[in-house]
Amino acid sequence: MPAKRSYENASLDLTFYEFERKTFSMATDVVDAPLADGKPLETLESVVIRFCGDSGDGMQLAGTQFTNTSAVFGNDISTLPDFPAEIRAPAGTLGGVSGYQICFSNREVFTPGDELDTLVAMNPAALKTNVADLKRGGTLIVNEDEFDKANLQKAFYKDNPLEDPNIMAPYRLHKVPMTRLTRDSVAGLGLTMKEADRCKNFFALGLVYWLYERDMSSTEDWVREKFGKKPEICESNLRALRAGYNYGFSTESFTVHYKVNPAKLAPGKYRKITGNEATAMGFVTAAKLSGKKLFYSGYPITPASDILHELSILKNYGVRTFQAEDEIAAITSVIGAAYAGDMAITASSGPGIALKGEGLGLAVMTELPLVCINVQRGGPSTGLPTKTEQADLLMSMFGRNGECPMPIVAPSGPADCFAMAIESMRIAIEFMTPVFFLSDGYIANGAEPWSVPNVSDLKPIPVSHPTQPNTENGYMPYLRNEKRVRPWAVPGTPGLEHRIGGIEKADVTGNLDYSPNNHSHMVNMRANKIAGIADYIPEQPVEGMQEGDLLVLSWGGTYGSVKTACDHAVKQGLSVGHAHIRYLNPFPKNLGDIIKRFKKVLVPELNLGQLKMLIRATYLVDAQGLNKVKGKPFLVSEVSEAIHKMF
Amino acid sequence: MSTTALPQLTAKDFASDQEVRWCPRCGDYSILAQMRKVLPNVGIPKEKIVFVSGIGCSSRFPYYMSTYGFHTIHGRAPAVATGLKIANPELQVWVITGDGDALSIGGNHFMHAIRRNVDLKIILFNNQIYGLTKGQYSPTSPQGKKTKSTPFGSVDAPLTPLSVALGAGVTFAAKSVDVDINHLQMVLERAAAHKGTALVEIYQDCNVFNTGVFEFAQKKDEKNKNCIYLEHGKPLKFGEKLDKGIRRNSQNCPEVVDINSVPEDDLLFHDEKSPDPGYAAMLASMRYPHSPEPMGIYRCVEKPTYDEAVNFQMNSRIEAQGTGDLEELFNSGDTWTVK
Repeated sequence: MPAKRSYENASLDLTFYEFERKTFSMATDVVDAPLADGKPLETLESVVIRFCGDSGDGMQLAGTQFTNTSAVFGNDISTLPDFPAEIRAPAGTLGGVSGYQICFSNREVFTPGDELDTLVAMNPAALKTNVADLKRGGTLIVNEDEFDKANLQKAFYKDNPLEDPNIMAPYRLHKVPMTRLTRDSVAGLGLTMKEADRCKNFFALGLVYWLYERDMSSTEDWVREKFGKKPEICESNLRALRAGYNYGFSTESFTVHYKVNPAKLAPGKYRKITGNEATAMGFVTAAKLSGKKLFYSGYPITPASDILHELSILKNYGVRTFQAEDEIAAITSVIGAAYAGDMAITASSGPGIALKGEGLGLAVMTELPLVCINVQRGGPSTGLPTKTEQADLLMSMFGRNGECPMPIVAPSGPADCFAMAIESMRIAIEFMTPVFFLSDGYIANGAEPWSVPNVSDLKPIPVSHPTQPNTENGYMPYLRNEKRVRPWAVPGTPGLEHRIGGIEKADVTGNLDYSPNNHSHMVNMRANKIAGIADYIPEQPVEGMQEGDLLVLSWGGTYGSVKTACDHAVKQGLSVGHAHIRYLNPFPKNLGDIIKRFKKVLVPELNLGQLKMLIRATYLVDAQGLNKVKGKPFLVSEVSEAIHKMF
Repeated sequence: MSTTALPQLTAKDFASDQEVRWCPRCGDYSILAQMRKVLPNVGIPKEKIVFVSGIGCSSRFPYYMSTYGFHTIHGRAPAVATGLKIANPELQVWVITGDGDALSIGGNHFMHAIRRNVDLKIILFNNQIYGLTKGQYSPTSPQGKKTKSTPFGSVDAPLTPLSVALGAGVTFAAKSVDVDINHLQMVLERAAAHKGTALVEIYQDCNVFNTGVFEFAQKKDEKNKNCIYLEHGKPLKFGEKLDKGIRRNSQNCPEVVDINSVPEDDLLFHDEKSPDPGYAAMLASMRYPHSPEPMGIYRCVEKPTYDEAVNFQMNSRIEAQGTGDLEELFNSGDTWTVK
């Protein structure tokens, strides 16, 4: 029997039993008669919610749970987690605010939304840094218990903003004593105050579940699985969750709640997936499709580490992971594994990729297949470790010594990481070359529904290792096929012993050769081999108008906002086409023709104009840029405005 | 059961068709020759042997062997070799490196390969100079060394390669000299037979930029005076007539004694299998001219190898969970169906 207790500082002087009676009897009513509250239920098309609070408040967890529940319910979703680089910045400060935004809808959505319908702010700092994104008339739910003098000061509020009608007037404000109610809901479980307060995020989540008519069972199952071994923590989180739900249900504060029906996605089976999950799964799949083992080597770095985490639990898929001593060892061990015949990949982010440059040059020179994943983040140097940017495109193109061409692919969103992972591995194997896979922080952590593929629909990746000499004079490691690709004989094969290395070599034999004409031949050979890949990648599709006034060219994680803005422009009668480039080197063969069909070209990018520079240099066109480097993705409105300015 | 005997290969079978291009009288020639002589006897088929090198004069080595070979980039050979060995543990992987390659630009990979005990044979050609870049001092050059980059003498304190390796827990450590043919062959054979990281430091003469610095161990009439030839289970002795020995003094430090003046039991007996790397570290600290210098196998102990452990872990997951099924992977987590 739990001891009777009440918290000294709780002004609502309920004992555990009283509180339980008050709240949980209602919970039973909800189950029996879902609309027993009699509150009106409005149906909406799309909703954007953001949970924000201190780094330690569990906002990422609340956001992820809401996302899972909405995905399983059948909404289309798009998410934007946004957290500070510090694991635990000083509590209550502006720098320590962590947020998770989700757009869920009954139609297809491509972005996490420009402005918020509902904002949950767990403290004054979270309110201050996020309230500007809440639309006029939006729902603002705050944990009023945290608006004490100390916290207000930390957020640089002179007076309590909740009491200031000038600030609060545009919003539907709900002041909820979440800390106190959470403590009350878990009273009697023998938790410390700190442990009790850790359940606040579940209270907030429960309240938002009620507000948007969500079924809580998948979160309840998750809590039971996660905390099954700690019964009191498990029970306390479940109680806080229900207490939050019941608060919405029973208090006068909330007069209406909302419903967002499932989206009409194409028929099939779906699951929620983040970019890093899809990337890991894509490479495991690529290895299986090639009948090979996957070798992954990486050095921990934000925001790429999750790929290492995902892969390291999948050992029974024939995955060997190697946490290397540094970025250089990560790429060079991958080169060693590729030489041995493995599907070999490494992942990092900007600063780590810079360190891998020399190793990638060795892979280009020796013509070994591997994939280097760059989950781009804000730079230069350490830059913005947890924020997104697209400023490594030119580094991927040119960031190595000598003429050192590498194919580059870039997924357009979280789910596309799966397809492009397989595609990058295919190119690496088919053309015996290292390949760049350019993801970014937004794609890596963002989530969306993924149409689960049928394994039988996936095309095998053919791999061949010679077992016999390829000439009468023995095995020639650089004797090329019609695609200028050399054979891949692996150590252990009798009779094919040969030497490779980073030093310039003669074609065919691979013997050292520094002679002028040979170097010229080899530099051109390597360049032409990569350029020739254009014949073996899909043509560039165009959405919207196929010719006309404005072509919008985008790449990588900006697909959703650029597509949405282009769709709006076309609906408004503007002559706009949108080409989202997933193959950045070489470009698709038809890209030049597409560009010629439009009068103007706009290139929105999260950098200072890197794709624009390549497009201008390649196609001699006066492309214009829309550039943003704030560590955040484009808002649809930003792209729309730029499109309108082009007319 | 029948076994097919491997054809008996000779040193010539391990020579590639490439012209060897080291400077005349470079110590590397002898090391290459001894390697070619040793390999036919290690019992590994030629196609399963791979030489991985970094950058430096010695790193051209793989081109001169008829095995598989990979001339990589400066300092990174142990990392390339680690990936190779994990991916195919059946290969015998040799790393060819130098004092600059292993201890300066590649110090990190050197240390980590050793502490993981990856099954690599690391042959460190120590000439105490940067030869390929024409004569700058290296991390093993003695303090005060005058070179192109230290015209007034180097102020850097040098590293002792075996001390670094023993600090990282190396399971096999040995030292030899380029022209001491029989000794070098013995050491290479022992390295080849060791399972785990085997580090062999070879004093190697750079005839152009740093010649003569290892004469104390090269000259037939000098080496016995200056070097202790280690033999497992035997007392540490040296001298022209093996008339001197080593024992520990009251501070537990090695000291030279006349073997005729102390009972043999007082001498230090060599134990290459000592589980405590401290003993081998003490040997590593004994450097000519301050002390007679030990040559041979400092340490040889058994430990599980990294490549074995990584593959064991993967295979035991496959055994426990069954070979991963993509259908199952795709459908892990919550799914929903749209009709």
